[in-house]
Amino acid sequence: MSATTMGRPVVSSIRLAWSFTGWRRLVTPLVLVLAWQALAMTGPISVRTLASPLQVLVTAWGLTVSGELPWHLAVSLGRVAAGLAIGVSLGTGLALVAGLSRLGETVVDAPVQMLRTLPFLALVPLFILWFGIGETPKIALVALGTAFPIYLNVFAGVRGVEPRLVEMGRVFGLDRRGLIGHVVLPAALPQALVGLRMSLGTAWLSLVVAEQINANAGIGFLINDARDFLRTDVILVGLLLYALLGLLADTLVRGLERRMLAWRPQLVRN
Amino acid sequence: MDGSISPILLDGPGGARIRNLTRRFQGPAVLDRLDLDIQPGQFVALLGASGSGKTTLLRTLAGLDPVPDDAVVALPQPVAVAFQQPLLLPWKTVHSNVALGLTGADANARAAEALAEVGLTHRLHAWPATLSGGEAQRVALARALVRAPGLLLLDEPFAALDALTRLRMHALVLDLWRRHRPATLLVTHDVDEAVALADRILVLEHGRIVLDVANHAPRPRDRGAVEFLTLRTRLLERLGVYSHEGVFA
Ligand SMILES: Nc1ncnc2c1ncn2[C@@H]1O[C@H](COP(=O)(O)OP(=O)(O)OP(=O)(O)O)[C@@H](O)[C@H]1O
Ligand SMILES: [Mg+2]
Repeated sequence: MSATTMGRPVVSSIRLAWSFTGWRRLVTPLVLVLAWQALAMTGPISVRTLASPLQVLVTAWGLTVSGELPWHLAVSLGRVAAGLAIGVSLGTGLALVAGLSRLGETVVDAPVQMLRTLPFLALVPLFILWFGIGETPKIALVALGTAFPIYLNVFAGVRGVEPRLVEMGRVFGLDRRGLIGHVVLPAALPQALVGLRMSLGTAWLSLVVAEQINANAGIGFLINDARDFLRTDVILVGLLLYALLGLLADTLVRGLERRMLAWRPQLVRN
Repeated sequence: MDGSISPILLDGPGGARIRNLTRRFQGPAVLDRLDLDIQPGQFVALLGASGSGKTTLLRTLAGLDPVPDDAVVALPQPVAVAFQQPLLLPWKTVHSNVALGLTGADANARAAEALAEVGLTHRLHAWPATLSGGEAQRVALARALVRAPGLLLLDEPFAALDALTRLRMHALVLDLWRRHRPATLLVTHDVDEAVALADRILVLEHGRIVLDVANHAPRPRDRGAVEFLTLRTRLLERLGVYSHEGVFA
């Protein structure tokens, strides 16, 4: 209850996530982890199959102190950030072009819809041919994967504007720019944020696949490297990290929603 | 889409002038060579059966529907509208909704003043989703009046409100109208409302104005007075909802 004013949305949504989850919901996972630990200690699960939770924690600590984990994490985060920035800008830009003009729709929407049916992960071989095996194909894959969800949602949001609100804006003297700024874009925002959340989900997925491409740093590299040395504990640390990053991203978007969509009835009530 | 509402909507010489306005969708014309003049500052109520074209007329006057080439529509500008639904932008505060599209350095002050006139000073920064129906409709009124309209179009603005709130809104609208004196065209289903508020009452039927009566009774009007009841009965009869056993409306 202390840091209320400045960092409010993010902090409070994290707090909300915790209180929502509730202690009771933690019971089953906790029991499972304890059972896993017990099975690992008594023998049925060998460390080559699956390291014990305790072992995972110890390894995570060791990797953190040695600076390895932060380094791989930073590399992965950098890839996701770059890919997301490109993908989300591209997707949003194209969706606005397609959503706001008939001509734009004809030119942009048809090819995008066609490309969308292609599973983008299948493009990896082509990307390697085009971009080599450095950072470019990895970022490009994340960018491509994130562009589609945001495109579809922003486009749907722009097209889903209540027409009577647009009429109202016209009656009260808004020109085209005013209508877009005051009516269409704010109306599309909730859907756009849904798109952003979906894009974030895709971003991690793309990252996992992209980091299988001959990486020498990043969480994916960490995992692949550990596989070669049968280090299930390190693999688990990597997986855990992917999960945590996904959770963090989701929390961030929810914070963003709480701040930007404060006007929505369901959020207004408290 | 670009500021000016429609090329045919010229400034009228004071009042509103509509000639030969025809609107047809499928089937018979909804508005059939309709002629109508409204004097500056006149309060006109428009009655008519459901589907008789009242909203169609208002939409055309508001510039939302095209005006046919052979029609004349000259209106005192600006034209402002309030519909049955308040149609506020949910992502803007009450104050920003009223200030929407206003220009000039005093836009914010004018919006606040308009909200004070409808008694909503305390809700200036509220989100529309938190308003009651009556409050939202008052915001819609403020948004219309803040533009100092030459013609105020009201399409059943009180229909969704409860009876008590509606009576309060009647008083408010009359008060605002007396202060600002826009020519006003109020569409309503409620004959009592029309008789209580308007200087002049029209009935629209088959796309034309079939009844046009003046109503000079001094305000506030006693809804039990003989003139009130006589006019009311006459209108109900014309609308075909009156029998000698009583009113089915
Ligand atoms: N965009 C449209 N397309 C086709 N028909 C329409 C359209 N708008 C209105 N109409 C028709 O025109 C007629 C008049 O409609 P309008 O909405 O003007 O009636 P109204 O007098 O306002 O009725 P109410 O009192 O129920 O609101 C109706 O028959 C309606 O179906
Ligand atoms: Mg209507």
